Amino acid sequence: MAAPQPDHAPRAGGTVDADEVARFSAIAAEWWDPRGKFRPLHGYNPVRLRYIRDAACRHFGRDPAAPEPLRGLSAVDIGCGGGLLTEPLSRLGAGILGIDAAERNVRVAEAHAAETGAPATYRACTAEDLVAEGRRFDLVLALEVVEHVADVPLFLGSLAALTAPGGMIAMATINRTPKAFALAIVGAEYVLRWLPRGTHDWRRFLRPSELAAGLRPHGFSVRGLTGVVYNPLTDTFSENPRDLGVNYMLWASRGP
Amino acid sequence: MTDAPALFPGSEIAADVLVVGGGLSGLTLACALAGAGVPVVCADRDLPAVPGTDAFDGRTTALALGSRRVLEGAGVWPYMAEAAEGGSIWDIRVADKNSPLFLHYDHQDVGLGAMGHVVDNATIRHALAERARALSAEAGGRLLHLAPVAVTALARDAGGATAELSDGRRVRARLVVGADGKDSFCRKHAGIGVTRLRYGQTALICNIGHEKPHHGIALEHFLPSGPFAVLPLCPVEGVPHRSSIVWSLRDDMLALYRDLPDAAFARELERRAGPWLGTIRPVTRRWSWPLGVMHAERYVDDRLALVGEAAHAMHPIAGQGLNMGLRDVAALAEAVVDARRLGLDPGGADVLARYQRWRRFDNVSLIAVTDALTRLFSNDIAPLRLARDLGMAAVHRLPPLKRLFMRHAMGMVGQLPRLIRGEPL
Repeated sequence: MAAPQPDHAPRAGGTVDADEVARFSAIAAEWWDPRGKFRPLHGYNPVRLRYIRDAACRHFGRDPAAPEPLRGLSAVDIGCGGGLLTEPLSRLGAGILGIDAAERNVRVAEAHAAETGAPATYRACTAEDLVAEGRRFDLVLALEVVEHVADVPLFLGSLAALTAPGGMIAMATINRTPKAFALAIVGAEYVLRWLPRGTHDWRRFLRPSELAAGLRPHGFSVRGLTGVVYNPLTDTFSENPRDLGVNYMLWASRGP
Repeated sequence: MTDAPALFPGSEIAADVLVVGGGLSGLTLACALAGAGVPVVCADRDLPAVPGTDAFDGRTTALALGSRRVLEGAGVWPYMAEAAEGGSIWDIRVADKNSPLFLHYDHQDVGLGAMGHVVDNATIRHALAERARALSAEAGGRLLHLAPVAVTALARDAGGATAELSDGRRVRARLVVGADGKDSFCRKHAGIGVTRLRYGQTALICNIGHEKPHHGIALEHFLPSGPFAVLPLCPVEGVPHRSSIVWSLRDDMLALYRDLPDAAFARELERRAGPWLGTIRPVTRRWSWPLGVMHAERYVDDRLALVGEAAHAMHPIAGQGLNMGLRDVAALAEAVVDARRLGLDPGGADVLARYQRWRRFDNVSLIAVTDALTRLFSNDIAPLRLARDLGMAAVHRLPPLKRLFMRHAMGMVGQLPRLIRGEPL
């Protein structure tokens, strides 16, 4: 397994602007407020975390009920946003690097980790930057990202290149179905206003078969696939392996 | 997340959870969480009472099957198993005044072994203290049981809560649990209001020795003045056959029985218990507890959850009060442990919302049912009497309905937390 590598590049070069820190802390508070504008993500987050934890525990032979079940594994969270996934995974023992193309998100995530003492590290860069540096991780995560990238085959190739021998990839995204159009775009953006209009472009959504076909040339096979459903009556998200119609998650590793 | 709580006096102690109150609910929660690897501090106002001292009180608790499982899951049961087995309830008989209709609950109807156990509170307290001691002594022990100590101030912020203790120490935790009883300091601190209802009744409680064995039978006799219950207890030295009496009386009748000399009081008990126990003698003093319902309008606030009597206290007609507390414990422990195993904040708003959603509906419905039962059974109006006679006979003749009633009383209905299902946390 690739050893976790510290990635704490002091960006401000030792001169930290107090106003800047305060501004990012305020945004972090917004990201991390479970009743705030990222409320749906907070509801969805435990479902994603459980899926990743259990898939990783199966793949690496760990006990999900043990303290820090991911200890000793290196991980990268691509498109980490405010660190909603990165930070909990760091508490589960993974040596995790959260990356985001948006500098602001990375600063927000760093500000929050500093407040909570979570051992997560962050960097403003792209998956391709890490590939160019020759970095490898046991656990490569791309949740709610692939539907936003410009070049899907290139991105999937980067995920594969970042995966250490014996490692795994976990992804979550939205299916290209009429139901996804109705719920993820009309429902989430126009009716419930969970997301700003224009967040998602239905034509960029990928079917599970398309993701599997995109990973196969890199030697990866899909090991697990499940849907995520939202119940508006209880306001809760849950896994449902029989309903891949809107949100779904999968994990893959090398080999047939 | 933090490691074992720091033990330096005068310093700030860091833990995931601070449990305020070391009673049945509080210490069971602390043991369950610590056993699952969660660092916990329990701030307990009292030292465990020693038999034969003034602080020792002879009160007893009827533990439902679900409660037994919670205590097993928290590792407390082995310390009290022998005494509890001696107070096993194998059979519950419900009788109405002068009514020939008997409702007879037998454990074979549910098929789950003993229906419950009646245990001296002092035995439970002792078992909890022993389990807490064992957990604290373990290598990397996750439990710090501080007693006697009171919380003098509490401050909550976005990331957690800080409590000042009467011994000058401070505790910093992600979550504060108010398990501090009916007059909860934590509840008042959070400004959570309560709804109260008084029944104008008082429970008169004592333990008795009797001539004949109880055979594990619990008797609930509905009298116009209120229910009269005889609950089987384990033997103690000098008292081979022992039971507990819970007699609910109208407030204006209380003094009449509370102040009787022992011999005359024993005759009154014999009249109500019937002949099957033989001669009766009280073996403890009499305690009186005003009956009523108290329910908190919320169980949670930022970084704070209420369990047990801090959240709800009720009429003991169905013996449900403490059992409800242990169901709170099972649900909260599960919500905290699940969040922690996902690397999530154990005192976060989603954990608290899950706990409240899970428990509040259940408790409200049980309080409503108990309230209705109280009004129905503490009444001598003829049509009501007829209705309840017929109702009890109907319940008796409809095995599925009766099974549901029984399983409810045993704490086995609804979406059950893992601890109540007898699974590890």
